[in-house]
Amino acid sequence: MGVAKYIKDEKGAIKEVTYQSGITVKPAYGPEDLEQAGFEYKKDLGAPGEFPFTRSLHPESYRSRAWTTRQYTGFGTPEETNKRFKLMIANGQTGLNVAFDLPTQMGYDSDHPLAQGEVGRVGMAIDSLKDFEAAFAGIPLDRIGSGLTINAVATIMMAMYQAAAEKFGFKKEQISTTPQNDILKEMIGRGAWIFPVEHGVRLVGDSIEYAVKELPKSNPVSICGYHIRESGATPAQEIAYGFSIAKAYIDNVKDRGIDPSDFVGRFSFNFNVYGNLWEQIAKFRAARKLWAKMLKEDYGVTDKKKLWLRGLFGGGGSGLTKEQPENNIMRGAYYALGAALSGAQTTALCSFDEAYTIPTPRSALLSLRTLEMLMEEVGLRDTVDPLAGSYFIETLTLQMEEKIVEEMKEVEKWGGMVKSISNGFIQRKVSRQAYEYEKGLQSGEYRKVGVIPESERQESAKSGGTEKSDVELHEYNEEWAKHSISSLKEVRRTRNDKEVKDSLKALERAAKGKDNIMPRLVRCCHAYATVGEMTGVFRDVFGEWTEPDFY
Amino acid sequence: MMKTTNKIRVLIAKPGLDGHDKGAKIVALALRDAGMEVIYSGLHQTLDQIIETAIQETVDVIGLSIMSGAHLPICEKLVAMMKENGLDDVRLSVGGVIPYQDIPKLEKMGVAAIFPGGSSFKEIVAGMNQLFD
Repeated sequence: MGVAKYIKDEKGAIKEVTYQSGITVKPAYGPEDLEQAGFEYKKDLGAPGEFPFTRSLHPESYRSRAWTTRQYTGFGTPEETNKRFKLMIANGQTGLNVAFDLPTQMGYDSDHPLAQGEVGRVGMAIDSLKDFEAAFAGIPLDRIGSGLTINAVATIMMAMYQAAAEKFGFKKEQISTTPQNDILKEMIGRGAWIFPVEHGVRLVGDSIEYAVKELPKSNPVSICGYHIRESGATPAQEIAYGFSIAKAYIDNVKDRGIDPSDFVGRFSFNFNVYGNLWEQIAKFRAARKLWAKMLKEDYGVTDKKKLWLRGLFGGGGSGLTKEQPENNIMRGAYYALGAALSGAQTTALCSFDEAYTIPTPRSALLSLRTLEMLMEEVGLRDTVDPLAGSYFIETLTLQMEEKIVEEMKEVEKWGGMVKSISNGFIQRKVSRQAYEYEKGLQSGEYRKVGVIPESERQESAKSGGTEKSDVELHEYNEEWAKHSISSLKEVRRTRNDKEVKDSLKALERAAKGKDNIMPRLVRCCHAYATVGEMTGVFRDVFGEWTEPDFY
Repeated sequence: MMKTTNKIRVLIAKPGLDGHDKGAKIVALALRDAGMEVIYSGLHQTLDQIIETAIQETVDVIGLSIMSGAHLPICEKLVAMMKENGLDDVRLSVGGVIPYQDIPKLEKMGVAAIFPGGSSFKEIVAGMNQLFD
């Protein structure tokens, strides 16, 4: 869900502008608009770094520190991924954002029949601790944090990250990992789910509880409005559904007798930046405020830092077009500008070739440079929240807040997020919207540069045709699978079978009962149990999810 | 080729582990709006499951949605399995992240209709209808 809808007269003058979230924009704004929206400086804005944090989390924001950049990396073998990690760190990247291949994401070992043709294709292939040792060799894990982009088996990867760090001589208290670990959004979009909804949420709960007690520097969950938006949600729904998901996780852990104040400060978010610039900026400003208010009012959180909406606001893939792929370089730059004007703490950009393939080193570096330009050359570090006080932006921020609250209320009406997903309410709603938006793009109701509406295609074909340019593709290498499988066989041959068996048995007991599965997983990882074996235990105990009908 | 019933029956299927299903779902909605009978397989389907559903539902077309880049090996295997199972009257189509240079390869394998990303609903509906002209 990207651009706004513009209704123009015959001369091309804009008569009406409607944003995806359903807000109509006026030709001009003045003090009367703020008054009508009920704007109050102290209540709605306040100083940067002060509740409700609409303007910024920090009093000096980028003045004190530029944003952290995290390009998504990881492909093929762990050894190759390790080389790419080191290249990104040498080029100034301050944190890693790790991609896993699909068999790993779905809990299958590289030699499983379903893994055929997929090993190492969209990220690195991980079968056992041996692979994590190779992937993170020589990386200072006490200084460099790692986002692990994995969900259904995030608990396993989190345990493995700890086990690898321990092997390298770091203490679990020193490491900082942010597994994505947001299973509910996988069920709305992206689709890398395995277990039924309630078991999926229990695993997330276990990892949060474990992080509270054992991993003081790690952030156990990163809630992704990002993918929900990619699936067809509006910007307001992206935030609303993200927050409703967060509530589902908070409630799970709260029910274990743990005070939300002990863990909400470690939640982070992954939100999307594409489409209309102003709508994005208003969305993030409203989101910071609403999150802080919700934690304070609904969960009694008072510590200022724990009220922060922390996270990655990244340039969205759905904004990019397959047509004229080089245009995506410029698009990415504008999305990055939106992220900077929104006060993003951490950011990343989809690379221009991502409509086709995983980024080449050249395109990934180009994204990193785009982000640097804003901070180094263009002036985005000069002052905090430069758009504050704009009649338009402040009105829009209040309107956006209202829309987000409306969408959250609808989820409540459906019985909360877990129920809304089990019943398929959300999936049906976003799929239908994605369909309507796509129809609008094809009919010319929505316009994207380089994308020729259906009605104008014949005309354009006469005058030279649509451009059909391909980009350089990231080739799949059959050798990756061979390498992974032989390494996996070696692990199976050389490990202590009894310890593998015992540790998996202990995991099964915990999964069947109420004990936290995390310490058992760490033990399994140290024993070189494979991802397929650990997930296999969960598959046997929990079963697999059946999707509700989406029509 | 003539069809036995009036409405084209399509199985939209997501083979393999990739879970990006927006494309599959919106195409399913578009084909349904165009008057076709559409069955959606759901995610994470093995090729065996897809063949089984195609037989059970007596579909006219299997429409694969593949975003992972594995379209060549998947289509090759499915074409062979369709022959083995006697699905000679069923057409195979594929859409998703498909580079233009792979289109001739897919055609040679026997894929009847190919819809790379950016194909419009009109093109997809017309392409499906053409299979039965």
